[in-house]
Amino acid sequence: MSRVLPAFVVAPLVMAFILPVFGRKGKAVATLLANLVTISLLALAVACVGKTGIYEVGNWSSRIGIVLVLDGLTSLMLLAVNTVSAAAMLFSVRYMEQYTAKTKYLSLFLLMVAGMNGVVISGDIFNLFVFLEIASIASYALVGFGCEHEELEASFKYMVLGTVASSFILLGIALVYGNTGALNMAYTAKAIQQTGINAGLAFAMSLFIAGFGLKAALVPFHAWLPDAHPSAPAPISAMLSGVLIKALGIYALSRLIFNVFGVSVPVSWVLIALGVLSMVVGVFLAVGQWDFKRLLAYHSISQMGYVVLGIGLGALILAKHGNPLWASLAILGALFHLVNHAVFKSLLFLTSGSVEMATGTRQLKKMGGLVERMPYTRAACTIASASIAGVPPFNGFWSKLILVIAAVQAGFFGLAAITVVVSLVTLLSFLKVQRYVFLGELPEELQNTRENGGSMLIAMFFLAALCMLMGLLVLVPSLRVTVLQPAVDVLIEGVSHSMKVANL
Amino acid sequence: MLYALCFLLFMIGLYCAVVKKNLVKIVIGLAIMEYAVNLFLIMLGYRVGGTAPIIGRGDIQAGAERLTAHFINSAVDPLPQALVLTAIVISLGSLALLISICIRIYDKYGTFDITEIRRLRG
Amino acid sequence: MKGMTIIVKTICGWVKVLIFLFGINIILFGHLTPGGGFAGGVILASSYVLMMLAFGREFVEKNLPIPLASRLDCFGAFLFAAVAILGLVFGGTFFVNFLYQKYLPGHALHLVSAGTIPLSNIAIGLKVGASLFLAIFALSAFRKDFQRPDAGGDNKRPVAGQE
Repeated sequence: MSRVLPAFVVAPLVMAFILPVFGRKGKAVATLLANLVTISLLALAVACVGKTGIYEVGNWSSRIGIVLVLDGLTSLMLLAVNTVSAAAMLFSVRYMEQYTAKTKYLSLFLLMVAGMNGVVISGDIFNLFVFLEIASIASYALVGFGCEHEELEASFKYMVLGTVASSFILLGIALVYGNTGALNMAYTAKAIQQTGINAGLAFAMSLFIAGFGLKAALVPFHAWLPDAHPSAPAPISAMLSGVLIKALGIYALSRLIFNVFGVSVPVSWVLIALGVLSMVVGVFLAVGQWDFKRLLAYHSISQMGYVVLGIGLGALILAKHGNPLWASLAILGALFHLVNHAVFKSLLFLTSGSVEMATGTRQLKKMGGLVERMPYTRAACTIASASIAGVPPFNGFWSKLILVIAAVQAGFFGLAAITVVVSLVTLLSFLKVQRYVFLGELPEELQNTRENGGSMLIAMFFLAALCMLMGLLVLVPSLRVTVLQPAVDVLIEGVSHSMKVANL
Repeated sequence: MLYALCFLLFMIGLYCAVVKKNLVKIVIGLAIMEYAVNLFLIMLGYRVGGTAPIIGRGDIQAGAERLTAHFINSAVDPLPQALVLTAIVISLGSLALLISICIRIYDKYGTFDITEIRRLRG
Repeated sequence: MKGMTIIVKTICGWVKVLIFLFGINIILFGHLTPGGGFAGGVILASSYVLMMLAFGREFVEKNLPIPLASRLDCFGAFLFAAVAILGLVFGGTFFVNFLYQKYLPGHALHLVSAGTIPLSNIAIGLKVGASLFLAIFALSAFRKDFQRPDAGGDNKRPVAGQE
């Protein structure tokens, strides 16, 4: 199965370069081809679940060449990335009719998907950086796609901070190469095991935390996210908030910390501190927002705090040689919350895009009573809000429950209490959204809004169905063992996993 | 010692990107940061008294063993040079996009000053 | 953008061919001498920039129209991807150097050697040259005292904007 790994990167790239040939007249054909690519990538990702393997590009041996690796964590991330991109591409068939230059949008979107797929399957640190840059530059261009005032300003802020982050990451990679002499993840892990972590590698680790933390929008690196996500077109907001900050930020950081450097106590405490700070600051800044998408963007920051908290907790338990069962539970909660958040946050952004396309505004105070005009959108938004607030039996509840149980079992009662409080405040802010957008009375200007139909509804229903069904991933043991448990095992085994993969 | 100077250049670029108020000066600061990182990466591969890692016609005629011995013993490391080529291309694309967005912002807002481009807040 | 004086125009008319030829030399011998696809592509683009500075934008637009440059760009990228995929078809692994020692064994250090590397260099040189030319051409449309430009695919949205 590892023979199809290059297709995840090559298929979107080739299609992205064929699409501009169609120009303005072939817009329908271009859209059809782009949707075919994303849907077939989703099918391929589902087929890759539970398989492992290495692919050596160009037949060079792994000592001197680039390798592509498929293991448990990779297959989970591939599922998340390709699901959200298929749904967002379906949504943008109708939504992007408002903009001109749709074929350029499709090319950039496919480039971003190719970059993200490349990040998760790469087995080489510099290759990861190259694909990270491809996805980042494509997303900089997509955030400012409408070329209005605010979109350009938001895109510029995002780009400056993103370039600073990339410079940090490249400096860190240079330090790793200078200290170990290898760039392949397995060989680097082996070299670090032999020499230990000296000052240069510790500095490289701090640079990586800063750089990937900027990409993942953890507090105090979050300044670009509340401006960039609202200004982007709705499917791009869904992609950015749903998978880009996860695949580029959190996946890369956890891959480097667990599988290459090895866990240590100071790094775990830094992760836990960043996680708690993001959770609390994100949700308290979100409650007071009156712009629909800006509120959702702040909630992204707080939910990322959940994931980083879970990963940091697992790393701390592993570094202190505690009970590996609790570490496994914490990481299971974090990874499951990552996948859940990809689904429900992108659904929330898609519904907000549908509302914006119908009413023309994003301010909560100007909307109201849309339940009678847009019932399907309202149903999807309610399902997604219940998921993010942690209402049973939707998927958000299960992942937050696992995180709280893991924190309590490991003895961190304060962290568990903070998690529950943040979850309650999330529920509060989404009740506010529901009341202002859908309930209440319909103002004069919005009397003739109609429900958006067609592909937008299909995409939203697909994600809503996933929200309802994904709780089964944890409850049904066979599904958990094939999908989630291999990803957790990859991180728990840490450095020995990377050496096992390369037969060292 | 040279590595410390390289890091000083990186800090100068970071200072410029953080403190300055003109959009174009921020972009220049980012460019200086990227030059500093590329310079650091090339200096990693340096070997004192080394030669360029290029195999010429005279080396091939001399035979295989002398070729590999000569190459391994005296050539600088070519891998960071390939990494730097890639990094230069990436920063080219990034800077081109930054400059074009700067120009569009000037078109919309009429100024390059970041204290006046503050419509998004909160 | 208007051009420059008659002396500059004459010299540039002679020199631009030399620069273009130098760029092609760097691309073709990329597997033997330093340089390769990217550096050669930048030199190709810079010969067009020289023409733009000396003769003005409209002359360059007639010489190499924008849709043609865009198609060359996509063709270069597609050629690179085709070389990689042909490696999969003929060699079994993605991106393998299938021409080396199997279909086209050349002598070392000659122009025809090292398999698919010269083909990749040509594809990258084409793409980079076309891309940089397009980027600089688009950037040169903005001048300091312009009104609202509306050339080159503006993406203005007709729906009412937000505050």
